[in-house]
Amino acid sequence: MKKLLSGNEAIARGAYEAGATFASAYPGTPSTEIMETVAKEYPEIYAEWSPNEKVAMEVAMGAAFTGARALVAMKHVGVNVAADPLMTLSYTGICGGLVVVTADDPQLYSSQNEQDNRNYAKFAKIPMLEPSDSQEAKDFVIRAFEISEQFDTPVMLRSVTRVSHARTVVELKDRQPAPMEVKVRKDPPKYVMLPVYGRKRHVVVEERLKKLKEFAETFELNKMEINDPEIGIITSGISYQYAKEVFPNASYLKLGMIWPMPEKMIKDFRSKVKKLYVIEELDPFIEENLKVMGVQVDLGKDVLPICGELTPNIIREKVAGTEETPFLANPENIPPRPPNMCPGCPHRGMFYTIKKLKLYATGDIGCYTLGALPPLTSLDTCVCMGASIGHAMGMSKALGDEGRGKFVAVIGDSTFMHSGMTGLADVAYNKSYATVIIADNRITAMTGAQDHPATGYTIRGEATHAVDFEELGKALGFKHIVKANPYDLKTYEKVLKEEVERDEPSLIINQGPCALLRRALPKAKKPFYVDVDKCIGCKRCIGLGCPAITWNAEEGTNADGKKRKGYAVIEPTLCNGCALCYQLCNMDAIQTEDKVFYGLVENFGN
Amino acid sequence: MEKTTSVLMAGVGGQGIILASDILSEVMLDAGFDVKKSEIHGMAQRGGSVSSHIRFGKEVYSPTIPRGDADFLICFEKLELMRWLDYCNADTRVIVNDLELNPPMVNLGEAEYPRALFDETIKKFKNLTLVPASKTALDLGNIRAANVVMIGIFSNFFDVDESLWLDKILGKLPKKLHDLNRKAFSEGRKLA
Repeated sequence: MKKLLSGNEAIARGAYEAGATFASAYPGTPSTEIMETVAKEYPEIYAEWSPNEKVAMEVAMGAAFTGARALVAMKHVGVNVAADPLMTLSYTGICGGLVVVTADDPQLYSSQNEQDNRNYAKFAKIPMLEPSDSQEAKDFVIRAFEISEQFDTPVMLRSVTRVSHARTVVELKDRQPAPMEVKVRKDPPKYVMLPVYGRKRHVVVEERLKKLKEFAETFELNKMEINDPEIGIITSGISYQYAKEVFPNASYLKLGMIWPMPEKMIKDFRSKVKKLYVIEELDPFIEENLKVMGVQVDLGKDVLPICGELTPNIIREKVAGTEETPFLANPENIPPRPPNMCPGCPHRGMFYTIKKLKLYATGDIGCYTLGALPPLTSLDTCVCMGASIGHAMGMSKALGDEGRGKFVAVIGDSTFMHSGMTGLADVAYNKSYATVIIADNRITAMTGAQDHPATGYTIRGEATHAVDFEELGKALGFKHIVKANPYDLKTYEKVLKEEVERDEPSLIINQGPCALLRRALPKAKKPFYVDVDKCIGCKRCIGLGCPAITWNAEEGTNADGKKRKGYAVIEPTLCNGCALCYQLCNMDAIQTEDKVFYGLVENFGN
Repeated sequence: MEKTTSVLMAGVGGQGIILASDILSEVMLDAGFDVKKSEIHGMAQRGGSVSSHIRFGKEVYSPTIPRGDADFLICFEKLELMRWLDYCNADTRVIVNDLELNPPMVNLGEAEYPRALFDETIKKFKNLTLVPASKTALDLGNIRAANVVMIGIFSNFFDVDESLWLDKILGKLPKKLHDLNRKAFSEGRKLA
């Protein structure tokens, strides 16, 4: 049967058809839907959201060591977190097949960098396959499991946003059982990486790489298409599709396995074409390796960009030399629609308060990173998962007493479970005065509402233990822990002011579920509205940057004759009654027909 | 069909563009074409600009449409048209929903909705239709059905049986919305 699947759905389908029984991941764009699909569509496969990518990798290793086929998925920067187990997993090898999916994000559509994870395959000395559409994504996963078992190695599969989030045609097949018996297998010299065993395993790794190089020479996914011999293009993954779009008649060597590379095949291809072009996105990975082989490259990164996503237009312009003059150019001054925190978002009150208190906020990865954008503009750092706490800790030591009362760390609940606990231990252990806010909205929100160890639910919605941040904070050495409602502006300001002034570590745990989290919001509040007769157009409410509040620039006076340059309007279909604007209005112009309480759920978390 | 057909849909988050583009792609798959569709998820949340590239033909390579190559540009909101002009050529068929949704800067009073620029821009296309999809949906009792009205409109441009469109649309919606969307589709079909 033929079906349109996204690359991510196809990867999940590949694991299913290959007989995998184990899958783990931490959500991250553009990889998230791989595990969501496994959890939703394939009950035959155990599925979990792990607390972070390192744990996801380790649990998948444990499963593979028993002979089970296991898949672990993450975004490109997630591999940095999982790099520690990955580098030594290369030494131990696997038992049952283990496929590590990395979904890279060229153009940084939703990431903090655009690192090229092809480099990891070379670094870890393991094979990497690179599909160029959903059919290949599914087929390559199945092949990756086979190669993994044949060579006793983890195999990486690299996707990019345009593979993961593109839907293309896939032929579905039935599930086949995995070949290996699942049992406990004792073999310390292979799985215990003491130096004495590790040294021997390194030799095995190098021998394996040689065998894989041989294998690559005849591997059916490294495909030569000899058409017009004038131009030969070596490429892989999505870049192949872009190149075909521009040069449908050129000759191609498409590397389905990007590492290790088939040297003889490459040299053979070189001899069959007049000019050799290397068309690849991001780093000159293929090109540099060709140069090491002594293969002459006529065109590559000398004209193609290293930064950003490749497009057919870039190839047309830089490689084909076609002059591109658009029929119409886009006007420059079209007002943008940047991503924004949702109406009723619990983070908005927190950032409003941070801004009001003129605090420097070390930040982290999640929806709340948007607090850096106007009009709130109140987040000052964002580097990687968990870094907010380390930044605040380091600042406290560098600034000494001077810094007290001047900064705060902001980290989300899922990010805290991912990488915040060790930082928090450091704050208490090394006697910092840093204040940490866990902006707990009870979900991994930015990636589209995934559960984590503090939500109380598994990936398949079963109830489970929920980590208690207050108890955890106590256990890590925090004496000052306050639960605070970020929708209650006066109280929240008082709490934040008090905590940042302390000379001991303190922890604030926000009490407000994500405004999109249906299970926490059983009953919708009625929207607020603006009494146009009272509004004086002071724009205090506008300063919240709430998408539901708009400005009507109609000069005039209010009912009391006060001059105004316009008035605020609340869009009833967007407002969900969080009451932030209500608290800011000095004119009683913002009203509701509902019971007034601060937040979306009354007494949440109390 | 040898040549790949490229359809670009653009609008604002929450307008049902992803659903509309899913339906178009699945209809074309059933009609026997190779199909690719691409869009960006993640940070583009509610209220952000949303676009979807749909391409179909004998064999499709790039999942994204090269700039200048869009055969159709389907805009669910007026201002969004002006972000995608570079994807068009002189022959691009443009369908624009007659709806204005203010971006944040306009809401904050820091910019004006570029109405004059829009009026000027649409004169440059020889195949442009301004359609009241949102108004039609509102008249039917639910503005959220505007995307299905849009599907009804653009379905006229493809040689595919009407029932195939309707099957795909209803297959993706809960039963209680079937009546509304059946009407939305047929009203849309009448509009083009």
